[in-house]
Amino acid sequence: MKLETVVRELALEVRSAAGNLGREVTGGYAADLLSCVMARAQPGNIWVTLQGHPNIVAVASLLNLAAIVVTEGVAPDPATLSKAEEEGIPILTTPLTTYTVVGRLFGLGIRGPER
Amino acid sequence: MAEITRLQELAYEVKIGEVMTKDVVTVTPQNTMAELRVILRDHRISGAPVVEGGELVGIISVEDLIKALAAGEMDAQVGTKMTPRPVTVRADESVVMAIRYFNRHGYGRFPVVDRAGKLVGILTRGDIIRGLLKQLEMEYHREEELRYRFSHIFEELISDLTSITLRCRVEAQDFDRAGEASSKIKRALTRLAVAPQLVRRAAIVTYELEMNIIIHTTAGGEILAEIQRDRIIIRAIDSGPGIPDIEQALQPGFSTAPDWVREMGFGAGVGLNNVQRCADEMLIESPGAQWTSVKVAIYLNRECLEAGKAAA
Repeated sequence: MKLETVVRELALEVRSAAGNLGREVTGGYAADLLSCVMARAQPGNIWVTLQGHPNIVAVASLLNLAAIVVTEGVAPDPATLSKAEEEGIPILTTPLTTYTVVGRLFGLGIRGPER
Repeated sequence: MAEITRLQELAYEVKIGEVMTKDVVTVTPQNTMAELRVILRDHRISGAPVVEGGELVGIISVEDLIKALAAGEMDAQVGTKMTPRPVTVRADESVVMAIRYFNRHGYGRFPVVDRAGKLVGILTRGDIIRGLLKQLEMEYHREEELRYRFSHIFEELISDLTSITLRCRVEAQDFDRAGEASSKIKRALTRLAVAPQLVRRAAIVTYELEMNIIIHTTAGGEILAEIQRDRIIIRAIDSGPGIPDIEQALQPGFSTAPDWVREMGFGAGVGLNNVQRCADEMLIESPGAQWTSVKVAIYLNRECLEAGKAAA
């Protein structure tokens, strides 16, 4: 499924790299501990988190993730957004909780790293 | 842990338009089934889209032909035997969409249309397999060529041990630039045509070691990635405070990170375990808890892996 479809279906707000929404989402991962994300998230995954500081962009870029969804209305730092723009990583925000976002992503057929 | 194979990734990246058959043999609704038989036989195909006035109006297959033959209806027009308004796929959709369509509908072929709905090709399972294999082969050749150039560095620059070293300074508490050293090293390894799975492991190792320097050291440190012919050596060196109990530091969940760092999602106490999981060799030294050096080796080829196992 294309990232732009996910953005539309979940009514996510695109906060950076709006030109990179054509990418295919290969799966999903949710965690707020960055080392867990480093260990498990796969290339092309969409990552759901509460963290809004700039290091989430470094993690997403190193793992070649498709996008980061920042939940519960957390406002990402301005530095996060400018770095994400630079690296071409879409940051998507939503007032929904992580639980609900993951549930909806699963409903769209997006699965976790275990197959 | 399940890894996404390159083939699965390709199914997402490659577009239907790149693998479909472009020269489509079409028939009209006015063709008879007898004419269809000749067309299918002459072109050695098992079905064809039905087009009228440039518009796709249906699809007809060899199964329809067999039914007509059995019923003695070979004079009937294609228009009365075809499947009207066939399910189509779009040329700019990725191949993975087509795979889902094949599984869902059970048809043997799909007409491919552009955004305006005009017929531009036809897609069978065979097209997908051929297209993806061709893509894999092209990538393989590109990679081989790059690897050949890379191995030549080591053949042309002769010494007892030739290597390329990337050196990145990491400042303590510098969360704003966290990840930069790992990004630089990841990019360099990719340019040197190191296999993607090994680049991923090296990126995880350098990231975790970089974060450790940022979070735990008093005066920062350095990350070195040394690329040798058969292995990557990654070293993280800092000037203290050092690790009093290395065994304890390796326990999953053990961390000395302060609360404010943990709130950012760091300091979960699994960083070194991540490093260990990605390393073929790992050595942590912190003599007298003065400074710390973490040395990791990631093997680049199988021979090296065997040698490492034999030594262990």
